[in-house]
Amino acid sequence: MIQINQLSKKYKNAERFSVHNLDLVIDEGEVFGILGPNGAGKTTLISMLSSLLKPTSGSFTIDGLSYQGHMSRLKQLIGIVPQEYALYPTLTAFENLKYFGSMYGLKGMELTQKINEHLEILGLKPFAHKKIQTFSGGMKRRINLIAGILHKPKVLFLDEPTVGVDVQSKNAIMSFLKELNENGTTILYTSHHLNEAEEFCSRIAIIDLGTIICKGKPEELIRNEPEAKNLEEVFLARTGKALRDYA
Amino acid sequence: MHKLLASATKEFLLLTRDFGGLAILFLMPLLLVITITTIQDGTFKTLKESKIPILLVDNDKGSVSEQIRENMAAAQQFEIVPQENERKAQQLVQNGDYQLAIVIPKKLSSALNHKVQENVEGILSKFNGNDAEDPQTSTNSKKEVKLYFDPATQLSFRNSIKSGINQMVSKIETESIYKAFQEELTDDPTEEIFDTQPFITFSEIAPGDVPDKSAIPNSTQHNIPAWTLFAIFFIILPLSINMVKEKNLGTFVRLRTNPVSYGTVLGGKTIVFLAVALIQFALMLLVGVFLFPILGLPELTVAGKLPMLFFVAFFAGLAAVGLGLLLGTIAKSQEQSAPFGATFVVILAALGGVWVPVFAMPKFMQALSNISPMNWGLSAFYDVFLRNVGILELLPEIALLFLFFLITTGIAIFYNERQIAV
Repeated sequence: MIQINQLSKKYKNAERFSVHNLDLVIDEGEVFGILGPNGAGKTTLISMLSSLLKPTSGSFTIDGLSYQGHMSRLKQLIGIVPQEYALYPTLTAFENLKYFGSMYGLKGMELTQKINEHLEILGLKPFAHKKIQTFSGGMKRRINLIAGILHKPKVLFLDEPTVGVDVQSKNAIMSFLKELNENGTTILYTSHHLNEAEEFCSRIAIIDLGTIICKGKPEELIRNEPEAKNLEEVFLARTGKALRDYA
Repeated sequence: MHKLLASATKEFLLLTRDFGGLAILFLMPLLLVITITTIQDGTFKTLKESKIPILLVDNDKGSVSEQIRENMAAAQQFEIVPQENERKAQQLVQNGDYQLAIVIPKKLSSALNHKVQENVEGILSKFNGNDAEDPQTSTNSKKEVKLYFDPATQLSFRNSIKSGINQMVSKIETESIYKAFQEELTDDPTEEIFDTQPFITFSEIAPGDVPDKSAIPNSTQHNIPAWTLFAIFFIILPLSINMVKEKNLGTFVRLRTNPVSYGTVLGGKTIVFLAVALIQFALMLLVGVFLFPILGLPELTVAGKLPMLFFVAFFAGLAAVGLGLLLGTIAKSQEQSAPFGATFVVILAALGGVWVPVFAMPKFMQALSNISPMNWGLSAFYDVFLRNVGILELLPEIALLFLFFLITTGIAIFYNERQIAV
């Protein structure tokens, strides 16, 4: 589904590559986790895959298409749930979803029906006509997620979809994502919640300084790392315990 | 089209949800145009109707100073406040308590009478074939009326006062000459041997095809187009702030990943903010037509001009929106967009001739003025309001305004594309 070949990105005036010669193949129907410390290149990778950044070199295809010449078609195939809420605070949940759904060409009854369905599933139907600025962090995260999947994308990019939410919201979001994946959506997911990733992802790649340092099924990664009992211990063993502060 | 309408609907909702911002957007321009017109109209009235208190230090206490006093009172521009001490008068003006002090020198009346008498006698002697004292060699030294102006007064006010006093002094001198001749030629002071009324008069006539005094522009006809345009261009502030906010919220990033062009996103903003500009314009016209007469200000005359006025406002609004879209695309924070936008609009207004007419600017600034969209808009508005031109005569200015919109929006789209390559 996603084929990445020697993909690199170096920002203007940066001393090093944020993503460097990255090769990766993600199969259809997978939930692929990209894990790494701060500044590892996770968000840069997702930004390139979602057309927000142009690669410095290398290439990738999604469902056999590249952005060159297929920008609109490719954008229709993918859904993005960014780390920020990326919603209009003074608009209601329904108005936000209606607007972002319209940008994918959805309209009329079909759009209204889809919005209502998703609001219902994620427990937000009673708040459909309340302004986003009155919502809690967890509620905003759920609306943020719906805005990215209304058009039923084949591939979904999730950039830390559960950051800063309560346990109940996190549970609702993860259940919904699993269902989405079971219905055929390929998911590329980044998170700092390693337990969540271990449970949710079919395969994982740990990246650091822009390159993949290991990849495989979560249980394989744990098994292959001596003395590691869980993914967090694999992560620390592979990326070290030094703080990663970048300015 | 569906995406464009959805974008416009979203912009409309965002705008209407910010009720305070919306009120400011519509009320502030109205307040601006009412304030400016009242001040400007009041300035004319100050010179014509209301009285400016001025200090008069009369060291002469003769017929000439009396005449100056009478003339000034008759002009109804000034309220004479007598002051004995020149030094004290100078201090009061310096402190800003008075805008002007006039100091009439000692023995002005006797010196003027002597000088005029000397000249008249000299002329009459020449007529009678006698030699007379050459006026050039007269020992009568020139007298000087001193004017002390408050340093804070505007140059235009000073010039206007100086011109008025100069006119008055000339009139007194002329009358003195007539009077001296009269005294020499007849013993009856009531006999009128000269017609002392001004021979040359002037009247202001509109230069149009059908001269009509009512067509002479008043402060409203000047202020409504100028300040309406100023207000329309101020739309770049809320528009650019709206765009910067979207960047901060992350919604712009989301939109860039959506299958919608940046042009469509900007199109939605253009529709709504252009509508705002046109509503602003309509409100300005309503104020000029209905509120100004109630406030005692000259009424705005729009009869038969409305379609043309809205035609110009539409393209002026487009130019303003284009500039706002460009600023909103380039600015990274409200701290960048707000001060830059506000200052830039003021610069464009100054260059456009909103404060000082373009013809009165230095040559270099006149050349710069030609590239100010506000100059094109103002010129088009004046063409409709004051010159009654047709649509064909407006086309050059309209084309420039439209081109400006296309170029600014084009640069915004190009800049946005370049951002992806960072």
